[in-house]
Amino acid sequence: MSFEVWQVAWFTTWVAAIGTLLILPPGIALGWLLARKHWPGKTLVETLVTLPLVMPPVATGLMLLKLFGRRGLLGRWCESVFGVEIVFTWRAVVIATAVMSFPLLVRTARLALEGVNPRYEQVARTLGAGPWRVFWTITLPLAARGLVAGAVLAFARALGEFGATIMVAGFIPGRTATLSLSIYHLVQLSRDNEAWGLLAISVALAFGALWLSEILLRKRPSL
Amino acid sequence: MNLEIAHLHLPLTAFALEVNARLGAHITGVFGASGSGKTSLLEVIAGLRRPAAGRIVLDGAVLSDAASGVFLAAEQRHIGYVPQDDALFPHLNVRQNLCYSHTIDQPGPPPQITYAHVVEVLDIADLTERRVASLSGGERQRVAFGRAVLASPRLLLLDEPLDGLDAELKQRVIPYLHTMRDEFGIPMVYVSHNADEIVALCDDVLLLERGCCVRRGTCADLFAVSQAPHYILKPD
Repeated sequence: MSFEVWQVAWFTTWVAAIGTLLILPPGIALGWLLARKHWPGKTLVETLVTLPLVMPPVATGLMLLKLFGRRGLLGRWCESVFGVEIVFTWRAVVIATAVMSFPLLVRTARLALEGVNPRYEQVARTLGAGPWRVFWTITLPLAARGLVAGAVLAFARALGEFGATIMVAGFIPGRTATLSLSIYHLVQLSRDNEAWGLLAISVALAFGALWLSEILLRKRPSL
Repeated sequence: MNLEIAHLHLPLTAFALEVNARLGAHITGVFGASGSGKTSLLEVIAGLRRPAAGRIVLDGAVLSDAASGVFLAAEQRHIGYVPQDDALFPHLNVRQNLCYSHTIDQPGPPPQITYAHVVEVLDIADLTERRVASLSGGERQRVAFGRAVLASPRLLLLDEPLDGLDAELKQRVIPYLHTMRDEFGIPMVYVSHNADEIVALCDDVLLLERGCCVRRGTCADLFAVSQAPHYILKPD
């Protein structure tokens, strides 16, 4: 396989990883807020977060394009504060994959955190641990397996992102070309043989990610 | 110890918890049927639940006072709590469970109760490197007691700690509670629906019914032998 193919595979893995790492802290925080706290507007936030999961990805992409475009609210802000352009760059790919994976991560994180018996947290508090300490030493380790599974799921989802990415990042070889965008592009040009190679890599990556999550889930932390 | 619970009011699902009492005994028993509000009372004292009204003062220090909005967080109360299901942290081994409170930098006096002493008194020295999941019911309870004691609490709340154990095992664990009282001198509030346990351990007993303290007295006042060695509540 050519250098380009590996470059595309590497780029896809890399943006998916950055996107997943980016949403990990807010995803776990929101999952915790949904699992443990009651607050006004909770249902609204929950619905908004889930929206990308059920909306057409292209529609989400269009919203991101309007938001992060040069004249968009966040696009202008990024340009004036950091001096960086978002749309049609690798940053747009990261944002698209992050937004599309966020609902999956929040949902699995919420389930994982809900699975932690609040009794453990209460007892830890009576032993003198403040809320942060309880979270780091009790809640997080006990939910770790579910959280890792959620992160891997989000990563796997990010690997295959297409609709939102094509809208907000376009297909620019060497700059924004991910595996799924490249496969589509090659098939359009009737270069099916090259598409097969990318397909094989996609399957291998997705398989590897899920396999890893299975291994991580099976290997219990030292109880 | 002097624990003052004044005009406490906490709405529960079917009734409200209404307690007005001053506790000073070494081991105070709270006796009542399941669902009479015993656990809720302990949770309020521990700071895990916020009462709607009333005032709780331990040895002169206000723990909560609804009127002035004071509510000390559980981690600042120095009150130990052993729940019914022992709640040993499953991802930590026995030693790590016992030392959990020691990993926290707490202001105030250094602990007067040492790890070696607690492990010896509760007879758990051989268990310290074991996984929590591998312990038997009686061992789990002793580790849970030790973990609470090692936080040097001013008061220890025990919520039906022997409930999951069979009669024989109960008889083996009760002496440990006596030793704990004598060795560490920590006052305790002991909640149970089992008259035998209350008689074996407590000096002063509150009888709780649908959230209200309906009777109070010594074990001799409240309980009578039914079929030795078992006790029942005397009729009112």
